[in-house]
Amino acid sequence: MPEETIVKDPFKTEEYMINMGPQHPATHGVLRLLLTIDGEIIKKVEPDLGFIHRSIEKMCERDSYQQIVHLTDRMDYLSSHINNEAVCLAVENALELEVPDRVKVIRTIIGELTRIASHTLWWGVIGMDLGALTTYFYGFRDRELINDIFEETCGARLTMNYNIPGGLMFDIHPNFVQRTKDFVKHFKTKLPEYDQLLTGNVIFQKRMKGVGLLTKEDAISFGTSGPVARASGVASDIRKIHPYSALDRVEFNEVLFTEGDSFARYRVRIQEMWESLSIIEQLIDNIPDGDYKVPTKAVIKLPKGEFYQRVETARGELGVYINSDGKKNPYRVKFRSPGFSNLSALNHMAVGSKIGDLVAMMATLDLVVPDIDR
Amino acid sequence: MSYFSDIYNGIKTLLRGMQVTGKYFFNARKEIITVQYPEEKPHVFERFRGEVVMPHDENNMHKCTGCQSCEIACPNGSIEIIWDRVVNPETGKKVKQIDKHIYHFSMCTLCNLCIEACPTNAIVMAPTYESSVYDRSQLTKVLNKPGSKVHPDVKE
Repeated sequence: MPEETIVKDPFKTEEYMINMGPQHPATHGVLRLLLTIDGEIIKKVEPDLGFIHRSIEKMCERDSYQQIVHLTDRMDYLSSHINNEAVCLAVENALELEVPDRVKVIRTIIGELTRIASHTLWWGVIGMDLGALTTYFYGFRDRELINDIFEETCGARLTMNYNIPGGLMFDIHPNFVQRTKDFVKHFKTKLPEYDQLLTGNVIFQKRMKGVGLLTKEDAISFGTSGPVARASGVASDIRKIHPYSALDRVEFNEVLFTEGDSFARYRVRIQEMWESLSIIEQLIDNIPDGDYKVPTKAVIKLPKGEFYQRVETARGELGVYINSDGKKNPYRVKFRSPGFSNLSALNHMAVGSKIGDLVAMMATLDLVVPDIDR
Repeated sequence: MSYFSDIYNGIKTLLRGMQVTGKYFFNARKEIITVQYPEEKPHVFERFRGEVVMPHDENNMHKCTGCQSCEIACPNGSIEIIWDRVVNPETGKKVKQIDKHIYHFSMCTLCNLCIEACPTNAIVMAPTYESSVYDRSQLTKVLNKPGSKVHPDVKE
């Protein structure tokens, strides 16, 4: 027998590389992951970005301050209202413009509605990623009611562009208060169903518990924020640390879990929906009267200097950095997006686990790819 | 032993979840939100931003003075105004007048900034949908109708 045909080590395996995405249904957009795997065990995850890069930051340097706002809709499209609010707050802070109380309260209510809409969509999609298609329909069914509220008041369902520097684009629709109350009442009966359908399911828990562990130290060092950080025990809620708009006058709990696994991240988001409902209930009954915007100049010129505003989107901390040189366009705009930092922790979480668990980890990171690429 | 209890718990929680789905299976008519779209038209709210239109009254008059505020406010250049100066026969002065208000719907992001900028409310958002066409050139529209004039009440 020739020597080369003798198999010396029949169980020897070799590492190899496969692509996950950019057209994979669980990557929610065009995220390409280069996986180095040994059999089923993940050795390395390298995200390859840039498929949906639209150079939003560079386009902001071209546009006036009113025009920047509508570009931020297209970053994290599931929390577009909160993105708009961040830019408007940054510009208002730079101009030292005090917006009326009515604007602050309406912004907070719509922001929390946006958070619930984002989390219901995420809840629907996490079930679908793990093979339970029913949750997808239930999540979208409840999100549709919020979309109707937005369509009636803001004029659009996804990219709302409702905030302008100095206030809101229109006043709220007369039906807004009643519709929001109806939604809160309706959603309070639906959230326990979410728990009954998915959270309590043992098969779902087995795929979630202990998967994608992220310790508190790692969560801080990777710069994660939002539900991902709070599931690891990092108190990072910007609504608590730096309250903006009307968030300083409401009471709510910061949801914290210490397990740091996928199931903790799941429970943080479910609990956050309850907290958002409580914030809306505290504010909806007493929206103060007043103007819905303060007049600003047609051409807004910020004073020279650097301005930074952080807000808590549905995914985590969004930072808006504006460097102005006194002209009508900003000199430089930088967005610190939550998805980018959260994605950076994926390699650390995934190494050593099975390839099937990667989908569960990505689902609980709640990635929105246009937010990562910008 | 935990193997059997796992199977038992799995089936138990599965049935608990199926209580929810079963409830909707037998009460499906109550909370139906699906619209059978092409046959049944969805309800569109009045503020819905579908496209920019320029309303004309019965005498084929609009309110656009050609001030170009919308063109400046537009973030992506989807509005283009062609104008010239015409001698007003009554006063003898040269007055700015629009020739064509060209709207590139294919570039528009429906951000509402042009409507906010318009000083005379000459353009508004219409709650239209089903805007798809076979050729991109059909999305470039001239908003002022042929032969239309500026409303005499509107001053620049």
